[in-house]
Amino acid sequence: MTRRTRLRLFAGSATGLGALLLWAMAGLPDFGHYSGAYGRILNAAAPPERHVSSVVAAVVFDYRGFDTLGEEFILFTSVMGVALLLREVRGDQVHRRDRVQSDAVRLVGVAFAPLLLVIGLYVVAHGYITPGGGFQGGVVLAAAFALLYVAGEYRAYRRLTPAFAVDFAEGTGAGGYAVVGIVSMLLGSAYLHNFGPLGTSGTLASGGSIAFLNIATALEVGAAFVLLFTEFLEEVEVSRRSGG
Amino acid sequence: MIPLQAAAILLVALGATAVVLTRDLVRLALLSSVYALLLVVLFLVFQAPDVAISELVVGAIGFPLVIGVAIVLQRGG
Amino acid sequence: MSYLPYALAVWIFLVGLYGVVSSKSLVHLVVCLNVTQSSTYVLLLAIGYVERGTAPVFADVPTGTRAVDPVVQALTLTDIVVSVTVAALLLALSIDVQKRNRTVDPDELHAMRG
Repeated sequence: MTRRTRLRLFAGSATGLGALLLWAMAGLPDFGHYSGAYGRILNAAAPPERHVSSVVAAVVFDYRGFDTLGEEFILFTSVMGVALLLREVRGDQVHRRDRVQSDAVRLVGVAFAPLLLVIGLYVVAHGYITPGGGFQGGVVLAAAFALLYVAGEYRAYRRLTPAFAVDFAEGTGAGGYAVVGIVSMLLGSAYLHNFGPLGTSGTLASGGSIAFLNIATALEVGAAFVLLFTEFLEEVEVSRRSGG
Repeated sequence: MIPLQAAAILLVALGATAVVLTRDLVRLALLSSVYALLLVVLFLVFQAPDVAISELVVGAIGFPLVIGVAIVLQRGG
Repeated sequence: MSYLPYALAVWIFLVGLYGVVSSKSLVHLVVCLNVTQSSTYVLLLAIGYVERGTAPVFADVPTGTRAVDPVVQALTLTDIVVSVTVAALLLALSIDVQKRNRTVDPDELHAMRG
């Protein structure tokens, strides 16, 4: 159908859908008067049971750890899809020199890339004590590598992220999450049930298996974003070389 | 509901409309980052620091890199 | 006044859908899809909010202070990071489309050839 017909059809159905949605929202409890029991029980029970301070991390990696396993595999599958679509048979090619010319930008990049790495590791490690965790810290770790491309040159970035290392890290992260669940089953409890010494709340040594799942998630998310960025940039190089 | 939350809600509504109505792609990449920042403020005011860190990291690093490279590729390298 | 966050979620959803329907470029379409997805985050967090509650992190406040719901935050934070990779997959598809058809206007990509 033509564009005008489509827009007119959308105008009509969007008003209908909007009215229906607004009427449905009126049946929800008032903003601020949350009345569910699950959240209140978790807020009261999670810190003494699991010895972690961040109840959100306990929910993500322990109470609803199975949902996080599903999310991890969504991430893994979509990155695999990008690699399948864009990865061609490439030999060892010499990339063009495309250094950033400005000295100030290069200096800032060299100074900040290790700092970003440390910040990423901090956010990952303290994920179950303060807000943070594997998902957030993993993206910061990937940004530390991407900063090398943005403030430097493509060759430096490629040399620090060889394909086999990134693939290995991502597979270890995704598989490690599933394997921790199996270890929990071998120890006699349910899949992904918390195991290990619970430690003292508020220190890095707490939470039991939450710490292992945190690290596995950070590995996978960081490697996934590095791989995504590498695939996209390789595509730019190929199209530049073919005179695009 | 405190006035800070009402202000954040209005800004997010404006930001979403602006992102949808932009056609120029470079401006779109920048505006989507600004929209992510407005969402971070909204999530913080709703007392959700974990979600705010997630959106901050994604809106500053993940999404702009991916969109930027897609724009470059669309123009033919 | 307490209806405002829910109305915001509906508004963002419809505006994002309008962007998807009326888009002239596949990259713009992916960004509008992301905007539509953010409406679900706003709705989930608005449902879990407790009046005068604090964040569900008990590192500096004693356990037992009134806090907002942690389950909806757990659902939302994994979803935000995963949605970027899905958007990257869609953009890779659009790059592939552009290589074959030389255009990214959704109105001109009708027939499936080959």
